[in-house]
Amino acid sequence: MGVELANERAQFLEMEEVNFTDNELVYHVRTALKSASSGDSESYDELIGVMHHRERLSPDEVAMLVTCLKALSGTVSCIDVVHHESLLSSIFGMSMWNYGPEVMDALVDLIISLAASSGKFVDSCLDMLIRNFVPPYSYLALLKQPRGLSRKDQVLSRVHSALESISHLVPLAPMRLLSLVIQRMPRQNDNETVMMTYVENMFKLESGSMGQLVGSTMLIAVVDRLLDLDLEIGWEDIVQDDSSKGIFEMELEDLEEDEEDLNDEGDELPGKHLSRNSLRGNVIAEKLDSLLVLTFEYLESCQGHGRLLEVFETLLHSFRITVLNAYKSKFAQFVMFYACALDPENCGVRFARMLVDIFVCHDHPPMTRMSAVAYLASYLSRGKFLSANYITTMLKRLVDWCLDYCNVQDGDVNPFAHRVFYAGCQAIMYVLCFRMTSIMSIPRLKSQLFLMPIETILKHKSDPLKVCLPSVVGEFLKQARAARLFTVTKTFIFDDILESELSRAFGGLERLDSFFPFDPCLLKKSDSFIRPNFIFWSMVKTTYDDDEDRDEDEEGSGDEDGEESVDGVGEDRRDRMATSFNEQDIDIEEFDYALNKMSITPKQSLMYKFGGGLEELVRMPSRIRPSTSPESL
Amino acid sequence: MEGLKVSDANLVVFLHPSKSNRVSKAVLHELSSHLFQFSEIFDGVLLAYDVDIVDRNAKLLSGIHPYIGVRLKAKLLLFSPKPNMLIEGNVVKLTPESIHVIVLGFASAVIIDEDVREEFEYRTKHGKEVYRSKAHRRHVIEVGTMVRFLVKSLDREILHICGSLEPSNTGSIHWLDQNFGELSLIDRSGTKRERENEMKMQEHAVVGGEEISLGNDQSKKSKKRRLREES
Repeated sequence: MGVELANERAQFLEMEEVNFTDNELVYHVRTALKSASSGDSESYDELIGVMHHRERLSPDEVAMLVTCLKALSGTVSCIDVVHHESLLSSIFGMSMWNYGPEVMDALVDLIISLAASSGKFVDSCLDMLIRNFVPPYSYLALLKQPRGLSRKDQVLSRVHSALESISHLVPLAPMRLLSLVIQRMPRQNDNETVMMTYVENMFKLESGSMGQLVGSTMLIAVVDRLLDLDLEIGWEDIVQDDSSKGIFEMELEDLEEDEEDLNDEGDELPGKHLSRNSLRGNVIAEKLDSLLVLTFEYLESCQGHGRLLEVFETLLHSFRITVLNAYKSKFAQFVMFYACALDPENCGVRFARMLVDIFVCHDHPPMTRMSAVAYLASYLSRGKFLSANYITTMLKRLVDWCLDYCNVQDGDVNPFAHRVFYAGCQAIMYVLCFRMTSIMSIPRLKSQLFLMPIETILKHKSDPLKVCLPSVVGEFLKQARAARLFTVTKTFIFDDILESELSRAFGGLERLDSFFPFDPCLLKKSDSFIRPNFIFWSMVKTTYDDDEDRDEDEEGSGDEDGEESVDGVGEDRRDRMATSFNEQDIDIEEFDYALNKMSITPKQSLMYKFGGGLEELVRMPSRIRPSTSPESL
Repeated sequence: MEGLKVSDANLVVFLHPSKSNRVSKAVLHELSSHLFQFSEIFDGVLLAYDVDIVDRNAKLLSGIHPYIGVRLKAKLLLFSPKPNMLIEGNVVKLTPESIHVIVLGFASAVIIDEDVREEFEYRTKHGKEVYRSKAHRRHVIEVGTMVRFLVKSLDREILHICGSLEPSNTGSIHWLDQNFGELSLIDRSGTKRERENEMKMQEHAVVGGEEISLGNDQSKKSKKRRLREES
């Protein structure tokens, strides 16, 4: 039966005799090709016909296809770009995802031979392999099944080894590959699975043998795509501006998830206007989320192979030329945050240093410098992995620059002219809002802090206290007074307003006055990576905590206290609870888990009343145990 | 090896004003962007350069951006294989239908079986593929052999060379040098034609492709053909 079928299809192969030598097959194909050039295209058309079989091939058809492909590999020198155009287009149109491993191998060999045989085919061969990075549309749904995953494995391993073989035979191929990969990269509006699979391939190229040649371009392209997606999400989707609430109240961590729950409850927690809800179902946000997670996982694997530093250099370069100047990038910068979290001593330090260097250098335009210092302030405040020692060093550099500026400049309040200076002052105050207590708790650093001429700077003629963001200034002054860092004779009445006209003026059109790039990440999946390394405002112990009313009872702290209840848990009670936890020797993870398992309503009110104070409790033991406290890093 | 030459060139490189504080770096960056690409003007692939800034004063190009024209004197190492030249490369792959060679580490070359002379046949010995000469048993081409071959054509875009092993002075360099070297030692008092052959061999004999013929291939660019390149 096999013989009959074969007879119908391929006359020129004459399958009555099963054993053909490779040479004879090659000869037959050569004749077919040569006769096609001269006009007689019968055998040639049959050859093309075999190539077009796609779905559900029987074993005979598979054997036929493999034989044809192998024979073609031997005759690549006879293939002409013009005369055999239809054959070439059917070869390049084949998708490896539709076939089994034998056909894949034969096809890959053919492609490699074609690429090596003539310069004219190199681009098309590379392009065909790149198109095989992602499955055809019909296959996408199958990707989630184990069958689809194993096929994916088979295809991608062959595609990448083919690319490597081609670059071995044609040394300049990676140059062409680069531009082709970038050209074919899926855009923001393309299917999410397609984009993720493609980026996976790009990462594979980066870590493969061609990594040195193509790697940095791949990474830069991925960051660019992250930024593209980021910019598609409008700020209106996220923030409903409520300038009646200070920025320190707008933290999101307590709204961990239970969105359904919120709807059930019906009541709205006051002050929480940043909503993760509005991002749910936002397709672009989900794509960005998945892409960020993919990048995080790749960074983790780089770290596993000891390559994180070199990858980081590329990321840093890319950050500097794109993200830093992008108008208010929302989440793309978390790639840097996570990379720093993975390696605080090298990457973490390098990142901060770059930002400070940009800020103090006159060569950069003011916008860039203001943006850099905003990133620095947010980074130093939020990075849980940063030691108080290092933060103090960075602060000192900022303070030194501001002091120099004060000594040179003699002007009055002028939000526009002194905008870089105001940005610097605001950065110092913002960082101290978060870190004052931890710095004060180490005597050596405390004395350094007291030696810093912060008072001189803030009381300068240009009056940063009046111009900078009122909520930041207010919080800072409160803590500074409690810590006896310095006091101001004037009272500043801010009424918790977020911003003022003066702050808007110095921030400019881009509103760099209220730009805090590392505010909590609103993308759910990415946030789970960021969270363990992140400092939420509710976790911060402020210097005026000790002065709070210690007799506050558990039920009494009303919702209106907002910020106070977040931090105002009495020390005694905390100590007590801390010891009890210690005694029970509860694993922190277990505790977290247990906390999440608690019934929803009580948890919410508990969380809100203690305001994450419970989370703080979890951390309290770590402060008592010196080995895990951040300061001792 | 033929095809390599060193040229003297007078160049003018135009730099964007933002690069004016680091001129040397920008000049080198601009020249580097032309490496490993075929240039019509130089008539060859630029492999390396050695550059000197002639004049500390630069000409300004008037326009929206005042580009700075920096005058340079450069020595350029160029590779321009022409048909019927003999060049050398390292064999990386052997198939019954073709021999794949890499020249100077960056150019790929292929010699198809029709262009390999009759005396060579494809064999598989101990799992390794070789092209063995039927006439001289010691003359063997395998992966890793340096071969000398004739250029048939060059694809300028991807720098892909089509080669031929037809002429008798092509093949494995190791074997050729040994055997033709011996011949010239033994037969010094031979006929005029043999002496001519001997001189030809010495001219082409190169160790590792490092000798560069300087004298006859220098080309000075006249002012009219001065190069203008935008950065």
